[in-house]
This record gives sequence, structure tokens and C-alpha cells, in this order.
Amino acid sequence: MSTEVKEVLKQVGGPRSSELDAPLSSKRMLVNLGPSHPAMHGTARAVVELEGENIASCKLDIGFLHRGFEKSCESVTWTQVFPYTDRLNYVSSIMNNVGFALAVEKLCKLEVPERAQYLRTITSEIHRICDHLTLVGALGLELGAMTVFLYAIEGRDLLWDRLTELCGARLTSNYARIGGVSRDVPEGWIEKTETTLDRVVLLRDEIDGLLARNRIFYDRTRGVGTVSRADAIDLGFTGPCLRASGEAYDLRKAAPYLVYDRLDFDIPVGSNGDTYDRYLIRIEEMKQSDKMLRQCFRDMAPGELVVRDFRYVLPPKPEVYGTIEGVMAHFKLIMEGIQVPAGEVYGYTEAANGELGFYLVSDGSGRPYKIGLRAPGWPMLAALPIILHGALLSDLVPVFDSINMIGGEVEQ
Amino acid sequence: MAYQLDNRPLDLRERFYFPEVIRGIGTLAGHFLRNLFFSRDANPDILARPRGLGYSDNVTLQYPEEKAPYPPGYRGLHRLVPREDGSPRCVACYMCATACPAQCIYIEAAEVPGDPIEKYPAKFVIDELRCVVCGFCVEACPKDAIRMDTGEHAPPSLERVHQLLDEKALLRGPAVSYLSDPWLRRPAPSIPAEALAAMTASARPYPDASDEYAQTPGFSVKALAAEARERAERAGTP
Ligand code: SF4
Ligand code: SF4
Repeated sequence: MSTEVKEVLKQVGGPRSSELDAPLSSKRMLVNLGPSHPAMHGTARAVVELEGENIASCKLDIGFLHRGFEKSCESVTWTQVFPYTDRLNYVSSIMNNVGFALAVEKLCKLEVPERAQYLRTITSEIHRICDHLTLVGALGLELGAMTVFLYAIEGRDLLWDRLTELCGARLTSNYARIGGVSRDVPEGWIEKTETTLDRVVLLRDEIDGLLARNRIFYDRTRGVGTVSRADAIDLGFTGPCLRASGEAYDLRKAAPYLVYDRLDFDIPVGSNGDTYDRYLIRIEEMKQSDKMLRQCFRDMAPGELVVRDFRYVLPPKPEVYGTIEGVMAHFKLIMEGIQVPAGEVYGYTEAANGELGFYLVSDGSGRPYKIGLRAPGWPMLAALPIILHGALLSDLVPVFDSINMIGGEVEQ
Repeated sequence: MAYQLDNRPLDLRERFYFPEVIRGIGTLAGHFLRNLFFSRDANPDILARPRGLGYSDNVTLQYPEEKAPYPPGYRGLHRLVPREDGSPRCVACYMCATACPAQCIYIEAAEVPGDPIEKYPAKFVIDELRCVVCGFCVEACPKDAIRMDTGEHAPPSLERVHQLLDEKALLRGPAVSYLSDPWLRRPAPSIPAEALAAMTASARPYPDASDEYAQTPGFSVKALAAEARERAERAGTP
């Protein structure tokens, strides 16, 4: 400070020069991100305390999408739970359908026909690609790569169009049923889907070409939001986030369900557990899913779609229209619901974000006694304050995105 | 089994920033130039649009001027299926209302005048705002009286009450009759004899391919129809 200024300050009784030269007292600043912030996907609110530009603490405020999933399920029949599960992870609804159906079938000890198993696998893997495309696109978008987002959404929409043809709706697919699946593939659908997959491969490679070795993307993601392997296990991570940390654990390999034991695929694993690895693992998993889908299309044989046991599935309509037995079986199923044997079971599948678990308790009636949901995204979201401790504010959004929090499933 | 991701650090060329940026711009310029110089194909089937050099990459549709038709199995707006004489097939059995997880179907049953057995829906209202478009009502109906095969979605409206579709708005679309329909198998007093004869003449023995998506989950109507036809043929030629 120049001497003249000091002179003037002294005359007007201003602050002493020692006060002016002191560093600014560092008061922590509280920043609210969300719930309706364009970068916070899926309506979550993060209350971030900032020390300069670093995050001193981060508190998550969730529940904006809470719908009372578990409780609502207790007042509907087992079949009527399917529309609710559609809305858990709404980007990959069929995986939730399949997870729930498998859990109930475990309780009923039902063996689903092979074609139904293949169709469940196919639709699940298509939805896995959709989910990962959404994440990769959004991650690019957060870091300023709008183009990537548009390519990813183009691919996802093409896949959704195929699923619309198969199950009759884009998002709320409601495809699986207890005992099988609701519809067979329309004519020419497999060829069309293969063409779509070819297109998605092109888009995926283009996205990867734009991001993976791009220094801007690399610098923003490498070493950011790192979770070590031990931490990831302690925090209860599953799915791509766990594998990105270096633990080769995938339920499709560890406890194969459906037809995964017949398919030839590998599990990619990362080593750093940072945002960059979490991005790469999604790209690799899309490649594996693509490989699995083509194997399924090759191996799938024509056959039945549901078990022919009319205690569990609705009898075919000609029987309902024409015979008294058909009408009665139909009437019992609609009015009372499927009589699931009393007992409890935990059914688990590998959904796009990790282990999707349904804990079911049945008292032997047509309605669930209790349903507990292990949402795959929840442990990752809960770990966010730990991952983000000391990180830059600008890294919050990409890290938040790379754990793929989906409001519908986390907040049930 | 498990394999390691390719997460090696950037090499010198990549760290040099420009080569990768130029490569990325090359990718984008390919799309950009094609979209700039060639016009968009308006085919609503995106996959069928020609690709490659000389064609635009644009995959959009100019909604609402251009609309992609919904696929045949699409769960669209409900309709009550009429019989040939224009009355609804619905017998007001409340199965759809029971199966509906959103509880958005309201039915008031009434007796058909002059008929001791038959019922019809004096009121049949679906609240399209509450409907979660699951299709369970279609699956639950034992009379094939409600379908979602209109190929439309619920139209927008300025007032909520316009989304309450009643039996007059719902009753539309092509008529359906099956030989197994009870009103064809016994002389129903509510239907004049000539009309009944005409309906019987046009009735189908069982659902066929055109009913594919109005039918039971898990069973292909085509396969079932083929099975029934085979059975009938076997019975006919002993
Ligand atoms: S589609 Fe589902 S929610 Fe809609 S009226 Fe039918 S059963 Fe109810
Ligand atoms: S289930 Fe069919 S017949 Fe019964 S009330 Fe509903 S639409 Fe009418």
C-alpha cells in the first residue's frame, strides 16, 4: 500500500495498515447444490461446506423422489408389484422386473422355460447398455462435452425403440412376469436389434475415441474421487464401481443366474478406482454386453415363454373365453393374486449399478407381507461425502455422475 | 475371466494436447459437414435411413409435423371393444378394476333391460392421469372387452377432467366377436334375432394374429391359434 493512501486512511480514521495486510479470515462457505440443479441428476441435494475451493464436508439430502416403494408393495398383489419395480431404476427397468421375478420364483421354486430365460437375459443386457450409455453421455456433458451426450442418447433411443417393439413401452416396460416373460419377440426383431447394436457400437467407439485419450477429460477424471479396493469393499460397493476399484466381483460370474453360465464373457476390472476407471469400465462392460447379446441371439431356440402352471400364470385367452376351468384359474389369479408359499427369501441380480436385491417375506397369501429392497446405487451415494472430502467443488459433479445415482432406486 | 482395464497414463503425444484435439475435431467434422451439406431424410424409421457419404447423419424427427408410428404392440390409449351391434363387449365384471395397480378404473354395472343374466357397464371411466400404462387391465379382461391397441397416447388437455374418459369416449375401434361369446351361444333377448345371426356369421372361432397384443402375457396368440386349428382339423378327420 502506498504511503499516501496510508496517510489518507489515518486521517479519516480507517483501518490500520496491519489490518489491511492481514490475510482474509477464512470463513467456510455453505453451498447448496440441487435438488433441482441441472448437474444433480435425479433430484438429490448436496449441502457442501467449502474451505476456499475445497470441500470440507458434504451432506446429502435425499428423499425428493421417495414414493414409499416398500410399503406400497404390501397392498398390491405380487403381480402388481411389477409396475412399481419399473420405476426403481427407470433407465433400465427390465433389470428390476427380472430381479423381482427371480426372487419370487426362488420362493415358489419355479423353473422358468429356457426361452424366457434367454429373453430376460437379452432385455437385461440391452438395458445395461442403455444405462451405461446414459452415464457415459452425462459424464461427458458434465465436463463440457455436449456432443458425447447427444451421441449416447442417440444410441440409447435406438435401443429403446427396439424395446418398445418388444414390450410395448419405452420406459415403463413391465416385461417380466412371475413364471416367464410377457411377450415373444416380434417378427424380424432380432435382425433389427443386431443392426441397432452395430449402430450403437459405432457410436460407442466414437464416444470412446472422443473421451478416453483426451487430455481435458483425462485430467478432470484421473485421480479424482478415488476409492481404494479396501474402502470400496468396506463401503458396500457393488457393480461397476467396485470393479473399477480392482475387485473382480460380478454376480453374473459369482452366482450365475438365468443363462449367464452358458455365455462367454469376461469381467473388466480397474486398478485406481477413480472416475476415469469408472468411465472405462462402463465402456468395457458395454462391449461385453454386446458380445453376450449376439451369443444369445445365436443360441436362443423357439419355445415356451411361461411355465404352464396356472397357479402362477394367467391361462391363455382362448381357454378363458371358452372353458370354465380357464375362467376360474384366471379369476383366482386376478382377484386373489398368486399364492406365493410362506417363507422369506433374498433374491439378488447384477443390475447396471450393482447388486439389486429383493428381500421378500410371504405369509402365503396373494400379497407380499414385506418387501425390502437393496438398491444398487445407495451405498455409492452414501459414500459420496467420504469420497469427496477435500476434493475440489468442480469435481463434485463428475464424481457424483460416475457413481450413477438414480433417484428412483435410491429413494425407493 | 477378469481382465485389466487399459488405464495407462497419457503418453507424450497425448499429453501434447493438439494431436488428440485434432483427431477429435476430425470425428466431429465428419458429422458436421455431412449434416451441413446433405439434407435430413424424413423416414420415421431411423434405421432405414441411408447412411454414409452423401447422406446426413441427422436422426431426429420434426415432431409434431412428423410422427413415428407406434409399433403394433404399443400400449396406447385404452378403448372398449364394441360388438358388431355397437354395444360394448364389456360385461362389467370388475376384473380390470381389480387388476389395476393404479386403481384408476371406475365401473358401475347395470342389468341389460329384458335380459335376466347379462350386465353392462352403465358407467365405465378410466382416469388417464392416474393410469400407469401397465396393461394389466387388458390382461385381466376375460371378455377381450378392453384393449390398448389404439396406437395413440393420451392426448394433452388443458383441464384434468378431460383426462377422465367415459364409456362413450372409450367405445371405438373395430368390433370383435368370438364364437364362444355367451350372447351368441344362447339367444340373448337384448339382441334382435337378425343382428345375432349377423354377429354369429362374422364371429371368429378363436383369437387370431390380429389380436396378438390384446391377449395373454406369455402366450403367442399366433401359436395358440395354430394349435387350436390343428386340433380342430384332427377332430374333423378321424
Ligand atoms: S393400463 Fe394399468 S394403470 Fe392403466 S387402467 Fe390399465 S391396469 Fe390400470
Ligand atoms: S374386465 Fe373386461 S369385461 Fe370385465 S369390467 Fe373390465 S372391461 Fe369389462
